[in-house]
Amino acid sequence: MLADRDRIFTNLYGLHDWRLAAARRRGDWDGTKDILARGREAIVEEMKASGLRGRGGAGFPTGLKWSFMPKQSDGRPGYLAVNADESEPGTCKDRDIIRHDPHKLIEGCLIACFAMGASAAYIYIRGEFANEAKVLDAAIAEAYAAGLIGKNACGSGYDCDVFLHRGAGAYICGEETALLESLEGKKGMPRMKPPFPAAMGLYGCPTTVNNVESIAVAPTILRRGAAWFAGLGRKNNTGTKVFCISGHVNKPCNVEEELGIPMRELIDRYAGGVRGGWDNLLAVIPGGASVPVIPKSVCDSVLMDFDSLREVRSGLGTAAVIVMDQSTDIIRAIARLSQFYKHESCGQCTPCREGTGWMMRVMNRMVEGRADPEEIDTLEQVTRQVEGHTICALGDAAAWPIQGLIRHFRPVMEARIAAYQARQAMPMAAE
Amino acid sequence: MTDASDVSPGEFPPGQEPWQPAQFAFDAESEAEIAVHLAKYPPGRQASAVIPLLYVVQKQMKRTTGSAWVPRAGMEAVAARLAMPPIRVFEVATFYLMFNLRPIGKWHLQLCTTTPCWLRGSDAVVAACREATGIEGWGETSADGMFTMTEVECVGACVNAPILQVNDDFYEDMDADRTRALLAALRDGTPPPAGSMAGRQASAPEGGPMTLTTLAFAPGEQADAG
Repeated sequence: MLADRDRIFTNLYGLHDWRLAAARRRGDWDGTKDILARGREAIVEEMKASGLRGRGGAGFPTGLKWSFMPKQSDGRPGYLAVNADESEPGTCKDRDIIRHDPHKLIEGCLIACFAMGASAAYIYIRGEFANEAKVLDAAIAEAYAAGLIGKNACGSGYDCDVFLHRGAGAYICGEETALLESLEGKKGMPRMKPPFPAAMGLYGCPTTVNNVESIAVAPTILRRGAAWFAGLGRKNNTGTKVFCISGHVNKPCNVEEELGIPMRELIDRYAGGVRGGWDNLLAVIPGGASVPVIPKSVCDSVLMDFDSLREVRSGLGTAAVIVMDQSTDIIRAIARLSQFYKHESCGQCTPCREGTGWMMRVMNRMVEGRADPEEIDTLEQVTRQVEGHTICALGDAAAWPIQGLIRHFRPVMEARIAAYQARQAMPMAAE
Repeated sequence: MTDASDVSPGEFPPGQEPWQPAQFAFDAESEAEIAVHLAKYPPGRQASAVIPLLYVVQKQMKRTTGSAWVPRAGMEAVAARLAMPPIRVFEVATFYLMFNLRPIGKWHLQLCTTTPCWLRGSDAVVAACREATGIEGWGETSADGMFTMTEVECVGACVNAPILQVNDDFYEDMDADRTRALLAALRDGTPPPAGSMAGRQASAPEGGPMTLTTLAFAPGEQADAG
């Protein structure tokens, strides 16, 4: 069990004041100037050594990502774009960081900008977080007023601006290139890669997009050292992570724990266990809506980290653990996600625009059982035709939940169809 | 002026419905906000402010008419201010869900029904809203202009599901009874403070935090974690 002294987000629940003076008492902005004095290279190397993997879902090593930014500027400014468009169903961790620990994020912006030679950070926050944006806006103003950001940030001689930009209700803007399009004042439609944002991102300038949590943990890692962070969690899955435990548990909550904690321990210890006991568990979506569902038999022993969940053909994603007990209509639970992806497809790529609607309609029939058993295979094949055939990963994200359903709950789908067909056959038999 | 809820979609070309005001001009409060937004973006990149300025329009409409929405004339005002072709602003205003393209009620009930909320009983919250407002379909406004009901996708507060977002505020840990009580309070013009309706501390588990209980940052600052 992770000790409180090793928790990074010491105000996760908002028990304390988020403002600058209180944040400083919790250790934020302590020695930031000295951290910057270590130099770009040293900071990036320390981040690499910590093993931190991006907390937005894909798990790409953060230090490595930072190292992709040009070492020498060609005259274009560089930018950091912080992805605070938290919209993956099940996920609500960045919200807590923003409203309760905003100075960790702002300090992280300064350090990350410095380490990448960027002149400004744009924090792209989802529009629905209006109240959270007000807190962050006020915290940014405090940091400017205290000389922590802006000209000669922290007395380092380095200039760094931090700006807050609100989105307006579009899941797709959490995709990094769609986020950049949106920041430029356009519809949030993902861009083809390459060129990658590190070469040509915001306004055609070198840009790195990082998740809120990835940026917000950076100052603590640099203060306490890469070895401390790497000593938590498991090899290649280091450090702590904010888990969001929702659905059919007795006490849904967010909690920061070590990566690699057994799923069962996470749910039992922090979320009061599964409603009706562990044996009443049906399935868990372990990393936000887009990762495949896993049945209880897998949940019994799986560890909560990138590699362990990948081995069971699911993923850690955003570490949003959606728990479903035996009372759940699992087909409907997944069909609702199909509706979500249909709603959120930007419409740019044909396989996704048409495929998400088609999959939703078939899934809705599957909920009723109004289908032929062979259509399960057709549905599976269509998910394969969407997956990997679109500019961004939304097509994949729409395909995976259905693939997980078919992989683990095919008998439930077949039984639903059989029951429907039996109901239809009855009047005939009576004639 | 014809009431927006009396007109079926498609009856008039978009932007030419009878409830559209002929003109829109930013007032002084909006101008002050616009200046703050424009300062965030590099010279020549003022188009970045299109979403912020559409919010400014929507907020001004709420302030001046009681209904938060973006009229066609407002989009044109944004286009003129940012030197953008109007069609680029129309595209943005119609792409992003949070811009209301027709007048809405005083209280915008935004009901999350995505899987995490659904698992925790969002169906009951939806039913209670329908019952209390008399609204049948999504996107409709009650006859008294008090409520508009919109189905929204995940709002990002899933450990406090189900969520009922009212205007900008999240009401969390909802159920049918709490929904009825909340709507009655809204009707009276006395909205309760946003947050957990079960009295939970933010995203901490019910009964109080089980972590972060051993930390003291300064004398007197350690909250009673329960």
